[in-house]
Amino acid sequence: MTVPKIKLQAVYKAFGSKQVLDGIDLEVGRGESVVVIGGSGTGKSVMLKCILGLLQPDKGSIQVDGEEVTRMRSREREAVVRKFGMLFQGAALFDSLTVWENVAFGLIQGRRMEREKARAIALEKMAQVGLTADVAGLSPAELSGGMQKRVGLARAIATDPEIIFFDEPTTGLDPIMADVINELIVKTVKETGATALSITHDMASARKIADRIAMLYKGKLIWVGPASEVYASGNPHVDQFVNGRAEGPIRMEVRL
Amino acid sequence: MNVLDFVTLVGGIFITFLRHTGRMSLFTLRAVSHCVRPPFFPRLIGRQMVEIGYYSLPVVGLTTIFSGMVLALQSHTGFARFAAEGAVATVVVISITRELGPVLAGLMVAGRIGAAMAAEIGTMRVTEQIDALTTLSTNPYKYLLAPRLIAGFLMLPLLVLVGDIIGVFGGYLIGTYKLGFNPSNYINRTWEYLETLDVVSGLVKAAVFGFIVALMGCYHGFYSKGGAQGVGTATTNAVVSASILILTFNYAITELFFAK
Ligand SMILES: Nc1ncnc2c1ncn2[C@@H]1O[C@H](COP(=O)(O)OP(=O)(O)O)[C@@H](O)[C@H]1O
Ligand SMILES: [Mg+2]
Repeated sequence: MTVPKIKLQAVYKAFGSKQVLDGIDLEVGRGESVVVIGGSGTGKSVMLKCILGLLQPDKGSIQVDGEEVTRMRSREREAVVRKFGMLFQGAALFDSLTVWENVAFGLIQGRRMEREKARAIALEKMAQVGLTADVAGLSPAELSGGMQKRVGLARAIATDPEIIFFDEPTTGLDPIMADVINELIVKTVKETGATALSITHDMASARKIADRIAMLYKGKLIWVGPASEVYASGNPHVDQFVNGRAEGPIRMEVRL
Repeated sequence: MNVLDFVTLVGGIFITFLRHTGRMSLFTLRAVSHCVRPPFFPRLIGRQMVEIGYYSLPVVGLTTIFSGMVLALQSHTGFARFAAEGAVATVVVISITRELGPVLAGLMVAGRIGAAMAAEIGTMRVTEQIDALTTLSTNPYKYLLAPRLIAGFLMLPLLVLVGDIIGVFGGYLIGTYKLGFNPSNYINRTWEYLETLDVVSGLVKAAVFGFIVALMGCYHGFYSKGGAQGVGTATTNAVVSASILILTFNYAITELFFAK
């Protein structure tokens, strides 16, 4: 039996009295692309941040390549973090740096690479996501949302990570740009052979990039299965979500 | 409100206070430990030094020159009442170097730099840029906070030294042009009773204040949350807490140096 790339067992996380993750179990195999779907504010980002060590889960076990990461010392943790690349929900580009410096950041600061060499790699990665060299010197604030996502994507893959996280890669983009980003994600994951864990509430995006889909609802993964079966899950919650219906077992907490 | 409610309220406030103090102490320890361990980031430290030292010069210069001027004027009217006008130069230089230079520069820099640091780091927090640093194998304490703390600690003494000179010059201007002192006499009087400790204690204060300003800016920015409003709150808190701490530490350091 092979060791899964990422394995979560009974992970709990609460903020104050609010139980955000209420016992999460999930396995992601090597080279697999798993997408977690779920409504806004259900704790999808929190789950990713727990795996990355940006948040500490209250209890439970998280393993990366069979290594328990929740109780690691900071030095060991740094070695594990090197395996990851992450595209943040709002791109999270450093606005004090230029576009190419953003992309090369992990190489220059994290890997202590020389600037010239890092710049060459950065331009190469930017080309991979369809960014030309003439935006390299711009500041991130001068770019459109779609361009920022691309820069974020280039930054996430610049260090050739084994595992890439995509946090709502298409949220806030127009449908065409969203599809372009989806294509880029599929392409990069295929080309690099990386393991991917993505988050989205955009079904078009989920179907495009996922091998398997998991649905997060009320702190639990209520359904996990192959992407092709998501429309025939037999689970009323999943049905309601993937078809985008207001009527169903999921009650939005709407306050007027 | 019955007694139990009151006890709960006081207890709640006390626990919140303890939690914040604990978090701030841990934060300070971690940040300082990253200041003294390599690797260092000379470029980032340099940029912060220019920001704190060079760009604060006009503000600090203006506040100290007017303080020196008003000190000369006020002490002159006061001392004239018992025919001790000759002490004006001495009073000006001692007040400036010991107290007004470091305290005023500290408060001004708290408004300028502390606020800017809290806003910048707070924005980086709420836009997930600090999380992004970590995922790019860069320690935010080392990359973001240490350069600011080091620059604050090193630059404020320099700034205060310049402020001292400008403040004394302000006193000199009023003393000679308005109060009729003989210029060389005024300068002699300035030097005559000035002790090294007067200046040194002021510079020690400046270093501590510089560290406090940077620390409060970093701390409140680093733990800010909740979007633009949270960053606003962090900025206010950084300035207010830095100002209060500066005044508190000012007394404590004075006591350490000069209490008999
Ligand atoms: N650092 C934090 N402190 C307090 N509450 C948080 C924090 N991060 C997230 N939350 C809360 O956890 C819930 C889930 O957030 P999140 O994971 O960002 O949702 P989403 O599924 O949209 O990504 C939200 O209600 C949010 O308010
Ligand atoms: Mg999210």
